[in-house]
Amino acid sequence: MAEFLSSSAVWGVVLTIGAFALGTLINRKTGQAWCNPLLLGSIFVILLLSLLNIPYPEYKASASPLSYLLLPATVSLAIPLYEKWELLKNNLAAILAGILAGVLTSLGSITALALLLKLDAAQAATLLPKSVTTAIGMDVAAALGGLPALAGAVIILTGITGNLTAQWLCRALKITDPTAKGVAIGSASHAIGTAKALEMGQVEGAMSSLAVALAGVITAFLTPVFASLLL
Amino acid sequence: MKFVFQFCRILLVCLLGELLAHVLPLPVPASVYGMVLLLAALKLGIYRLDQVKEAGSFLTGILPLLFIPAAVGVMDLWAELEAMLLPCLIGVIPVTLLVMGVTGQVTQNVRRMLGKGAKPDG
Repeated sequence: MAEFLSSSAVWGVVLTIGAFALGTLINRKTGQAWCNPLLLGSIFVILLLSLLNIPYPEYKASASPLSYLLLPATVSLAIPLYEKWELLKNNLAAILAGILAGVLTSLGSITALALLLKLDAAQAATLLPKSVTTAIGMDVAAALGGLPALAGAVIILTGITGNLTAQWLCRALKITDPTAKGVAIGSASHAIGTAKALEMGQVEGAMSSLAVALAGVITAFLTPVFASLLL
Repeated sequence: MKFVFQFCRILLVCLLGELLAHVLPLPVPASVYGMVLLLAALKLGIYRLDQVKEAGSFLTGILPLLFIPAAVGVMDLWAELEAMLLPCLIGVIPVTLLVMGVTGQVTQNVRRMLGKGAKPDG
């Protein structure tokens, strides 16, 4: 089996898309945020590779056409940002203040956590970008010497946490303004949280996706500052 | 061919992003430079929206799928995972709630100060 797969050029891509499709199907059937297609798809691939005793590097090499598209896909996140520019311009001060406060809170509390638990630089770099979109977060973790795969897992779980708690938290903290709700959800829990913001309303959804891109870029530039505090 | 050219325009921005990441001494990923450059290209009219829109929407639409090969890498990290379990748990649940709360409160209060958004009661 392993021998055949080594000779096949396409199995990694087929397996990945198949696992993702199955995850999407389960997500649609259950409608549960924790049944996230990316989370389920990754678990299915891990299970299959473990069952068939296929080493990760072989799968990674075979699935590399998908990884190749990550850079252009992440760069393309600028397009929805451009399309929502008016929305940003009209609320610039509030949105930027909110996102900046959120990014600093995130980086500051992870830095405090890293000092408290005596994490090494690689472990801290893995956790620091945890609130931003997977696309940027994994890259930031890698650039700072963290573990991108674990950063990816933490980022997905952060998104699911945000998705599941957003409505409750906004009610508990009396965040009633739709713009504020959207910015909060997008900054704290990226695209997975944005799915919930879209259910809450049009303004919430648009603000959330705007916040995802902005918080991502701001985090990418500020994370090295916080990481250097831990060296 | 339209789609190929759109894809190529995006790749050109990626190339510039990679160049910036290579030249500038900051540990900022090429993807972030690329994002800023693509936004600037659209704002400055170097690219029109319809010159990148379809390929870009396709790519952002399949982003979750593209993360799987990297995320599966945790299967080789069991040793690190044990040491990281507690920090990950604290980082994920309380910190996410804190970040969401702070961001929401700050955004809402600044909007009220500027006379926008809902009244404190509503």
